Amino acid sequence: MAQHEHILSAKLYVIIWAALMCLTVITAGVAFIDLGPFNTVVALVIATFKALLVVLIFMHVKYSSERLTKTVVLAALFWLMLLLGLSLMDYGTRHFT
Amino acid sequence: MSDSPIALEHPTELQHHFADMEQQKDASTFGMWLFLGTEIMFFGGMFAAYLIYRRWYYNEFALGSRSIDIWLGTINTIVLICSSLTVALGVRAAQMGKRKLLVILLLITMAFGVAFLAIKGVEWYQKYEEHHVPGSSFNASDIVSVGQKYGIHIDQGHSQIYFSLYFALTGLHALHMLVGLGIFTVLTYLAWKGKYTPEYHTPIEIGGLYWHFVDIVWIYLFPLLYLIDRKPFH
Repeated sequence: MAQHEHILSAKLYVIIWAALMCLTVITAGVAFIDLGPFNTVVALVIATFKALLVVLIFMHVKYSSERLTKTVVLAALFWLMLLLGLSLMDYGTRHFT
Repeated sequence: MSDSPIALEHPTELQHHFADMEQQKDASTFGMWLFLGTEIMFFGGMFAAYLIYRRWYYNEFALGSRSIDIWLGTINTIVLICSSLTVALGVRAAQMGKRKLLVILLLITMAFGVAFLAIKGVEWYQKYEEHHVPGSSFNASDIVSVGQKYGIHIDQGHSQIYFSLYFALTGLHALHMLVGLGIFTVLTYLAWKGKYTPEYHTPIEIGGLYWHFVDIVWIYLFPLLYLIDRKPFH
């Protein structure tokens, strides 16, 4: 365990904020362009990228010395994917019968 | 008791069952992340319901999504991202022991939070005036006629499911914002009293984690509710 705390620079926070703002404008703009089924894909990829920036930098997960934190984050995501993934495997394949 | 050297030396914020401040902080942070894990599952159930109904009733979801004001949604996303920045800078101010800056940043964060809820209120009121609130006065004939114009069949019952999920998800999110504002009110008061120092500011960090989490939920709600289908009709 590190004794001293990791203080990130204000500049880094502002850069992340600017990136999040740009991605918000991009995702809203792209929604008006017809990409077929890829509209949803692009929207979710951008949202996930934004969420990653917030979790890793703003929530300090990237810099946490505590492995437990990272484990909890990954376990929570894994559990969510079980819920959404297995639900879709059921409802998404019912019309194949 | 006073003859114990340990009792004399340790900081007042350190609870006696922790070895040192570092361990205490790690335990608190771990606990908060566990709580956020349960929150992910809490929202996850509703996201799963959304996913399944969206697959079944895609047309109603697409046209329902079109009826929501995309500008209000985008502005609210920007408001929340700005509030996350002020929280992150606030935690940094606490780490450096800048009390005044911390209080100011917490107050700005709360102002963003209130602005978010106000904009959300305007949006909900629009839906109320359009009779898009699920219930006995629900009427989506405007959405049905848009559908007819472009040859898309709309079932009003299925439209109501979209708006039920819209209100449930944004409502639950707004409730989290209210709780966040409550937490931040207490944090701001204690910060003003000078309770947080570079050695001890765990509540600020943990309150910040909660605020960022609520921001992340919105980062997903925005595309899922507002951006289902905005491309031009043809």
